[in-house]
Amino acid sequence: MQDFYNIDSLLSEEEIAVRDSVRRFVDDNVLPIIGECYVEGRFPREIVPGLAELGVFGANLPEEYGCAGLNNVAYGLIMQELERGDSGVRSFASVQGALVMYPIYAFGSEEQKRHYLPKMASGEIIGCFGLTEPDFGSNPAGMITMAREQSDGSWVINGAKMWITNGSTAQAAIVWAKTNDDKDQRSIRGFIVPTNTKGFRSKDQKGKLSLRASDTSELVLEDVRVPKDALLPKSGGLKSPLMCLTQARYGISWGALGAAIACFEEASSYAKTRIMFDRPIGGFQLQQLRLAEMLTEIVKGQLLCVQLGRLKDRGDFTPQQVSLAKRNNVHIATDIAREARRLLGANGILAEYSAMRHMANLESVYTYEGTHDVHTLVLGQAVTGLNAFGA
Amino acid sequence: MKIAVCIKRVPDMESRFRISSDGKVVDETGLKFDMSDFDGYAVEVALQITEKLGQGEVVVVSLGPDAVQEALRKALSMGAARAIHLKADRVPSDGFAIARALASELKSGGFDLIMFGKHAMDTMSGVVGPMTAELLGLPNVSAVSKLDVVQGRGTARRELEGAAEIVEFPLPAVVSIDEGIARPRYPSLKGIMAAKKKPLESKPAQLDAPRLEVTKTELPPDRQGGRIIGEGAAAVPELVRLLQTEAKVL
Amino acid sequence: MANVLVFAETRSGDLRKVALEAVTAGRALADKDGGEVHAVMLGAPGIASKAEQLGRHGADVVLVVEHQALANHSAEVAAATVAARAKAGAYAAVVFSASAQGKDLAPRVAAKLGVPMAADVLSFERTGTGINAKHAGYASKVVQTLTLSAQPAILSVRPGAVAPAATPKSGRVESLAPAMDPGTARVVVKEMVQGRSGKPDLGEAPVVVSGGRGLRAAENFRLVEELADAFGNAAVGCTRAVADDGWRPQSDQIGQTGRTVSPQLYVAVGISGAIQHLAGMRTAKTIVAINRDKEAPIFKVADYGIVGDALEIVPALTAAVREAKKGH
Repeated sequence: MQDFYNIDSLLSEEEIAVRDSVRRFVDDNVLPIIGECYVEGRFPREIVPGLAELGVFGANLPEEYGCAGLNNVAYGLIMQELERGDSGVRSFASVQGALVMYPIYAFGSEEQKRHYLPKMASGEIIGCFGLTEPDFGSNPAGMITMAREQSDGSWVINGAKMWITNGSTAQAAIVWAKTNDDKDQRSIRGFIVPTNTKGFRSKDQKGKLSLRASDTSELVLEDVRVPKDALLPKSGGLKSPLMCLTQARYGISWGALGAAIACFEEASSYAKTRIMFDRPIGGFQLQQLRLAEMLTEIVKGQLLCVQLGRLKDRGDFTPQQVSLAKRNNVHIATDIAREARRLLGANGILAEYSAMRHMANLESVYTYEGTHDVHTLVLGQAVTGLNAFGA
Repeated sequence: MKIAVCIKRVPDMESRFRISSDGKVVDETGLKFDMSDFDGYAVEVALQITEKLGQGEVVVVSLGPDAVQEALRKALSMGAARAIHLKADRVPSDGFAIARALASELKSGGFDLIMFGKHAMDTMSGVVGPMTAELLGLPNVSAVSKLDVVQGRGTARRELEGAAEIVEFPLPAVVSIDEGIARPRYPSLKGIMAAKKKPLESKPAQLDAPRLEVTKTELPPDRQGGRIIGEGAAAVPELVRLLQTEAKVL
Repeated sequence: MANVLVFAETRSGDLRKVALEAVTAGRALADKDGGEVHAVMLGAPGIASKAEQLGRHGADVVLVVEHQALANHSAEVAAATVAARAKAGAYAAVVFSASAQGKDLAPRVAAKLGVPMAADVLSFERTGTGINAKHAGYASKVVQTLTLSAQPAILSVRPGAVAPAATPKSGRVESLAPAMDPGTARVVVKEMVQGRSGKPDLGEAPVVVSGGRGLRAAENFRLVEELADAFGNAAVGCTRAVADDGWRPQSDQIGQTGRTVSPQLYVAVGISGAIQHLAGMRTAKTIVAINRDKEAPIFKVADYGIVGDALEIVPALTAAVREAKKGH
């Protein structure tokens, strides 16, 4: 799409080069196959080595651990370009980078970092993030997965996790569990659990109508025993997984724009060439209204993201700021995808066009990583100081 | 192993091209630019050669205004070790003038291989590579679709019409790369960041007055297409009839 | 009197069609002011027997360079010899074909003579001060006029742009010594690999049948080959996508980074018509497109289009073409 507000002038040459490199990769490797993958309900694993070689995983983590060492604006642009392809593809990268590599980087020991991070950057080890449970989504503090320390220092973990991206593909799971029968959220610690450990099972969640090109699984842990060094030593309390979520949500704010841009580009191109009543439908007022709204929201969303990225790079951003961006950008993206779908008419229901796939995917993005409603209350509390969450 | 790759920054060929108001050239304002396709293959081949040998450096060279540094930096982010920018206000249409400027820069570089893409996508001439070879007194091998380098000698497959030649030659040599040999790697994100720190030397190009100029540029007449004569195998008889009677090609 | 020197390309002991095109082009240039056309032909001993073809197409003199080591083309020997002759004979122009060998040779001769050249030209004319030539540029999306003011004027002519014309001249054969010892050439041809025998080359075939991803699988290219057979004088091409996937050799690829063809008839089977591909075939006289998707861009440039499944339509077309050809 045209750079209507010359936002490129706010980006460095390297940031633009990063964006363009990922864009080219997505154009060449994701777009040609993703419609089919979505219909078939499979994640295109064959792109993982290419993504790894590009340096997409944990791109904003330091070079000393085999990562690209990019700044956060560049990281955001990567997420944007991946989701221009598909939310499922971006989810894979979000999980690997922000929810698996990041906790190891932030809470892990030096040995854990040196052992896992380079292999995760190279795609050799895929990870997943086990926080959400069947009865505890918006309220992770209530989780019941429990890890009990044994006399030899090892831990035995029991519980179940649900809606876990990469759950069946991963070799390592970052499992968050309360510890030693303490039901308070302050006892929550993180563990790196190899998925081939005895007692660990994953099961593909079937019947999804959204994020179909993504592996979403249930995890069951039955007396899963892990050694002492599986514990992420610096993790402690719900705060730890929430910090990871803030990282992921930051990326999602950009990602949602990618989906919106894809839908807008498809709709504008269609509007200019689709003839009805002897003229392009782009010449009809109602379609122009759709396109004008889409353009406006995308531009606003982009400016939001660039500023958020710069704040994050300065080390001076807050989770509430991320809530605002995630909530806004996903919301406008769902509207844009739906309106694009409608502009495409009957063609808009076909998998060969991307609007309806993005529309369906974005419903998951609306709900995960903190639902729209949860972020609303985060902002409400930020404004009023009053907690409206319920209990 | 020292390999020089000469590259050119050209507009994105998917663009819709407009002619300048004086009718002489393509108006390039507002267009997106990138390294010319075959040049990307040449950079890729050069990188693969040094990687296979486990040693060596790839140096990229480009002549033109400051903007060509974008293409040089892209090559650096693919893995080239350093870049040389021969500064000129514009890229002359006279390939011989370009070749002389390049030869003058390259002759003392101690390069084992000097590589070019088959032709630049905008000028589509393909003369600069062979001319540079001639000026440097080096063997020239063009239309290369396969290249192997071992112990100071090269073997290449050259694509001709309906046939191919397998040739052998001593290094140093000049090689021009054709289709089929490699697809250029995506600059990795680490590569993009590393490129910033790699040496990019800019110096004025030694250019003679041009003796070949582009004096007019025109768009070819649009084809009047769009005639769909039918659907499925049922449309075949009508097609054959039209090819015989109207198009007269059958 | 401005004579024109022409390089006449040979391969495996025969003159190539492009050599006759070059001589015809040289003839057009020389006729402007009553000059002669001198054609240079290199080859193994015996190549002189081909000289009369050059005479028939307008060469006043055929300079034959025969040597055992010239059984295969040597660009170094040819460049040295042509350049030496051009200097000695004070020619106004030197003409080559822009064939694969010509594109390699012509710039070298130009550099030896210290002059620029106009490459791969579609047409040309003499002006008072030099030569104006038309040339395709920007992925063949524009036509540019190149104005060459150096002496001698060096041109290479796009294969197929000039039709060989029989304008018999004396074609007097003279022996010319190679300007360097062919045994000392640095680039040595170890082997010649022939393409598919009996089939016309993409650049020369009047009909090209080309296939893309719409054929769904490599085996289905057999349908394209059968259609080409039915036409009799057709070559088979393909898109970059299927060449990259390994269904067809890269040398069959038509497009921006592949071959450029300009046949009388181009049949595009299961090809969507990406700009990259159009760059290689948009100048075909007649284009037929067969594609399942009626919105495919190829239909915009095709003279005749059929919407539907290539796997159904192509066999029907093959049968109909065979029938039509029988009638002749």
